[in-house]
Amino acid sequence: MSGGETVVAIDDLRFAYPGGVAALAGVSLRIARGTIFGIVGQNGSGKTTLAKHLNGLLRPTSGRVVVTGLDTTEHAVRELARHVGYVFQNPGHQLFARTVAEELAIGPRNLGVEADEIDDRIASVTATLQLTDVLPMHPYRLPLPMRKLVSIASVLTMRPSLLVLDEPTTGQDHRTSRRITEVIDSVRAGGTTIVCVTHDMSLLAAVSDRVVVLHEGRIAADGTPRGILSDRALMAATRIRPPQVTELSLAIRGRADRPGALSVGELVDEIRSVT
Amino acid sequence: MADAPIVSLADLTVIYAGSERPALSGIDLDIAPGECVGVIGLNGAGKTTLGLCLNGVIPQLLPATVTGRALVCGRDPTTTPVREMARSVGIVFDNPEYQFSQATVAEEVAFGLENLGVVRESMPARIAVALEAVGLTGLEERSPFALSGGQQQRLAIASVLVMEPAILVMDEPTSNLDPVGTAEVFDIVRRLNRDEGMTVVVAEHDVEAVAALVDRIVVLAEGRIALQGRTRQALARIEELDALGLRPPGVTEVAHALAPADPELPVTVDEALRWLEARV
Repeated sequence: MSGGETVVAIDDLRFAYPGGVAALAGVSLRIARGTIFGIVGQNGSGKTTLAKHLNGLLRPTSGRVVVTGLDTTEHAVRELARHVGYVFQNPGHQLFARTVAEELAIGPRNLGVEADEIDDRIASVTATLQLTDVLPMHPYRLPLPMRKLVSIASVLTMRPSLLVLDEPTTGQDHRTSRRITEVIDSVRAGGTTIVCVTHDMSLLAAVSDRVVVLHEGRIAADGTPRGILSDRALMAATRIRPPQVTELSLAIRGRADRPGALSVGELVDEIRSVT
Repeated sequence: MADAPIVSLADLTVIYAGSERPALSGIDLDIAPGECVGVIGLNGAGKTTLGLCLNGVIPQLLPATVTGRALVCGRDPTTTPVREMARSVGIVFDNPEYQFSQATVAEEVAFGLENLGVVRESMPARIAVALEAVGLTGLEERSPFALSGGQQQRLAIASVLVMEPAILVMDEPTSNLDPVGTAEVFDIVRRLNRDEGMTVVVAEHDVEAVAALVDRIVVLAEGRIALQGRTRQALARIEELDALGLRPPGVTEVAHALAPADPELPVTVDEALRWLEARV
């Protein structure tokens, strides 16, 4: 992490879908380099709409979105793609090639990266994501969890400085979710900033540094995962279910005034310390 | 179990056409009328295949070699026409919008009845009952696509309820829903099970959500039953679940850490609170 350099600057972002109601009604935020930044909110709160502004898939109706120093209204999506990797919720929306190896080469090749360099990147990304064995396979012959990891890898080979993950763990079982959590950690360790749109509060509790809660197109709260997930009134008002361990730790008598536990280990320690 | 099972599977094995590896292998499973059973497992464990065997879609519409014995509501789903089985077994999938074909909520619910050849006169009453059961009364003229995710899934449930099945099978019904939508759907399923005595089989990967709903858990792994039991006992087998790549509810893990030898553990926050109070 290099001293709070801003990777994303959003000012009074407003967005309405054609003929529709305002999906975003004035959102402002800053994201510092190296942060794992969570965006949460119920379906329809505007979180995917916000995420799609980060790589220019959507352009502000009004307001400003500046990502890695580039105003998204002044740069084409393919230009922004040099800096911003976007992983869709459904891997089927972004896998095209006949082999995983080919899939992972498409992005950097489109960016004009040299062949040798592409090979190096593929080797490094597949080592991190433990995908080396599936390189010769057809993406569609892979089981769903593997396809998800391939779709993340295909974006990482472009070496984005900002990685946007839309619901990375939705529909995935525990084993895959755990792997995705590890991948997020290791990608951040390499200096990449990560924005994660998710319903998975356990994922955010485990990896995120900062969380914003969107509600009806506005930021309802902005804070640490512990502060956010411990705020019962906020959780109820924005219709979010905190992790069971956080709920239980808050429900145990005498702890309502303090932030709750975020993990099983924390809560076990907490209970042991009072009994 | 005093009643004869409503679902009885004996050594059921399913191999999809063109595949060599069985999708289900030697499944022995009896479900009593009125039971609420959760089927959990990793993606690809066979959860969907199991559900599709119950209403005969496998092997009648999805070609597969099925061996062993299956009896559902006293009939053999491998040979009883799917259309007939639909009167006994209603299935709801994870993506309700893929199933919708009609312009309004009421027509969507009527669609299944028309396919069954129900006389038109009796339809409005049945549609009203089904929509009321899922809390969608008043939205009859709305487009299915204008509903929230939770409402869409409730509409999908109404569309099968209207056929008055004895068994409701749900295949990952909440995987595209937020927590509020999930709670809406499971509240309705709980009511159908407890108040109407409907037999429910729900395949889920969200163990925490399903734990609060079901009486019994069946864990599938690579097409076989790897573990099963009453919910609070099955989910207490944390090490075995972990080896299968599954994670029990957070409060169950906490309770297990505090009392590793307990064969039965809480699965919801309220249960865990009572459990902790009883121990202190």
